[in-house]
Amino acid sequence: MSRDSEIALKVENVYKRFSRGEKHDSLRDALPALLGRTARRLRSPTSLKDTEFWALRDVSFEIPRGQAVAIVGHNGAGKSTMLKQLSGVMRPTSGKITVKGRLSALIEVSAGFHQDLTGRENIYLNGVILGMSRAEIKRKFDAIVEFAGLTEFIDTPVKRYSSGMFARLGFSVAAHLEPDILIIDEVLSVGDIVFQSKGLEKMRSVVKNGSTVIFVSHNLRAVADLCPRSILLDKGTVLRDGPTTEVIHQYVEQVNRARASATDQDVTIEAVHVRAHSGPRKDFAPGDDMFVDVEVRANRECRNMSVNIKITDEQLNEVSTTSLARLGAPTLTMQPGERAICTFSLKNHLATGTYQVGAYLYRYDISRTFDTVHPAATIYIATDETCGGVTHMYPTVTVQRVLAQKTA
Amino acid sequence: MIAYFEQLYRARELLYMLVWRDIRVRYKQSVMGFLWAILLPTIIVIAGVGVRIAVSTYSGKGLELAAIGEVMVRSCPWAFVLSALKFSTASLTSNTNLVTKVAFPKEVFPLSTTVTALFDMMIAFIAVLIILVIAGVPMRPQALWALPLLVVMFALCLGLGFVLSAGNLFYRDVRYLVDAVLPFAIFFTPVLYTLADAGKWGKYIALNPITPVLEGISGAIVFGRAPDAWWTLYSVAWAVLLMGGGYALFKKLEDSFAESI
Repeated sequence: MSRDSEIALKVENVYKRFSRGEKHDSLRDALPALLGRTARRLRSPTSLKDTEFWALRDVSFEIPRGQAVAIVGHNGAGKSTMLKQLSGVMRPTSGKITVKGRLSALIEVSAGFHQDLTGRENIYLNGVILGMSRAEIKRKFDAIVEFAGLTEFIDTPVKRYSSGMFARLGFSVAAHLEPDILIIDEVLSVGDIVFQSKGLEKMRSVVKNGSTVIFVSHNLRAVADLCPRSILLDKGTVLRDGPTTEVIHQYVEQVNRARASATDQDVTIEAVHVRAHSGPRKDFAPGDDMFVDVEVRANRECRNMSVNIKITDEQLNEVSTTSLARLGAPTLTMQPGERAICTFSLKNHLATGTYQVGAYLYRYDISRTFDTVHPAATIYIATDETCGGVTHMYPTVTVQRVLAQKTA
Repeated sequence: MIAYFEQLYRARELLYMLVWRDIRVRYKQSVMGFLWAILLPTIIVIAGVGVRIAVSTYSGKGLELAAIGEVMVRSCPWAFVLSALKFSTASLTSNTNLVTKVAFPKEVFPLSTTVTALFDMMIAFIAVLIILVIAGVPMRPQALWALPLLVVMFALCLGLGFVLSAGNLFYRDVRYLVDAVLPFAIFFTPVLYTLADAGKWGKYIALNPITPVLEGISGAIVFGRAPDAWWTLYSVAWAVLLMGGGYALFKKLEDSFAESI
C-alpha cells in the first residue's frame, strides 16, 4: 500500500489501434459504407483488420513520483500516441492508465494562441487552456513576461510577433505550470540558442523540484541530461526500459542498423568497421589507436573515387573528417565487381561521450557524392572527468599563489 | 454522469476564457462588434416588415405597429438560433489544435459558441427593447416570461449543437448541410409571420419546437401574455430530449474525437 502511493503514473497493458485505411470523412461517402460499419462494431477489442495496425501494443510501465523519464524511439514508434494516452487526449483501445495528481502536457506550446489578441490576453488564454487557474496566472504573470523577454511587447497583438517571440511566449507560459506530472514533447526546440538553454535550465529546475517529468525528444543530449531513466519504444512496444545511457546505446545501434541497408548504385559502401589493433572494439580511451575499415564495392566501372570518413557527435555535428584525397592517397579506380578495403588509422582525442562514425564516397573532379553511410558505427569514449566538450586536451593545471603585499 | 459534470465544472475557467476570447475578438473594435450583433436581427426585421407590408396590402387589413414589434422581438432569438447552430457545428473542427493536443471535456466548444451567440442576442435584445419603449409599447411584468423561454431555446440549440458539432467532426459536409438548410428553416418557423397568420398550416408549424418559444416570447413582451402552458411544455420536452440525447451521444463519441478529426 505504501509503495503504491509512491507511484505517480501507472500504465498497464495499453493497446491502441489505429486505422490506416481510407477514412470516410463526408456523409456522401459514408452513407453507402454504413452497413459495413455496424458489422465491425461486434469485433473483440484485440483483433485487427488488414487496414488497421497497433500504434501501441501491450505497453506497461510505472513511474515513481519525482522521477524524470524520457521516451525515445524512431518517428512512428508510438511516442506521441503514448503521450496522448497519458495526457488523456486519446483513450487506449484496451489497457489501463492510472494517474495520481495533476497532469499537464506541454505538447505544443502555442496551441491555444489567438492571433488577434495581445500577448497579455494570450497568456491568460493559453494558461487556462494548459490547466492553470486565472488567479494562478495573475500571480505568475510578471514572471512569465519576464522569462519570455517580452515586457515591452506585451500589449501588442501576437500576429505582429516574430515566430521566435511567439514560441518564447508559449514556452514561457508552459514553463510556469506547476503540475505534479509534467509531459514535455519536443518543446525545447523553440527559439534561439540562448532561449533554448534557458528553457533547458528551467526544465532542469522543474526536475530538481521533485516534479514527475515525462520527456519526449530526439535531442539525446538533452535526454541524457534531464532523465536518469529512459523507455525505448519500437513499433508500439517497449523494447527497453532502464538507465538512459544503456537505452541510448541500444537506440543508436538500432538507428545504425536501419540505415545500413544496401542501395542500388554504381558504387556502394558495403561495410564500415571500427576496431583496435587486436580486433573489433567500440570503447576507446584518449590516446588509443583507432582503425576504421571502409569496404567499397563497384557495381559498374568507376574512377577517381575518394573514400571519406567522418566522426560526429550525437547531434550529427562534425567532429572530424578525413579522406583518401586529404591524406594524399591515390583515389580508387575500380572495375565492375571489384572490392576495396580502405583502412584509416586514427589517434583518439575525443572526450567522454557517444560518437558516430560514417563514410561516404566523393568524386572531387565532378563534385558529386556517391554512397553515404552515416552513422554506420557508434563508439563510446570513456575518459577521466578532467575534460568536458568533444576533445580531450590532456589538461593539467598549476596554481601559483600571489600573496597580497602590504603597502606601507 | 456525475463525473461528467465534475469535469465540466473543473473546466469552467476554460469555458469562460473561450467565451471571453470569442467576444473579445469580435468586440475588439467596439462599434463593429455592436453592429455585428445587430446585423442579422436587422436584416430579419427588414425582411419581416417587407413581408408584413405585402401581406397587409394583399389582405387590405392595414399594417399594425404591434405586428412590426412582434417581428422585431422574434428576430433576436431567431438570429441566436441561426448563429448558435452555425458556429457550434464548426466549433470542434475549428479548434483542431486544442481537440488533439489538450485534454478537457470537449463539450466546452459547442457550449462556448452557444454562450457567445447568447451574448450577441442580449445586445440585440436590449436594442430592440429600447426601440419598443420609445415606440410606446408598455413593458408589463408578464414580459419576464421571456427569460425561462430563452432558457428553453438555449437548451434546444445546445442539444442540437452537441449533435451537429460531433457530426461535423466525423463528416465534414455536415457543416455545408447545416448552412444550406438553416436559411430555409425560416419558412417553417413563425419569425416573419405569427402562428395565427399561418391558418390551417399553423398546426404543423407548431410542431417545430422553436415555434412555441418564439410565440411565447413575442406574446409576453409585446402583448403581456403568459405563454401557452401545453405548447411550452412540448418545447421543454424537446429541449430535455435534445440536451439529454445530444449530450449522451457527444460523450459517447468524445473518446474518438482526437484520432478522427
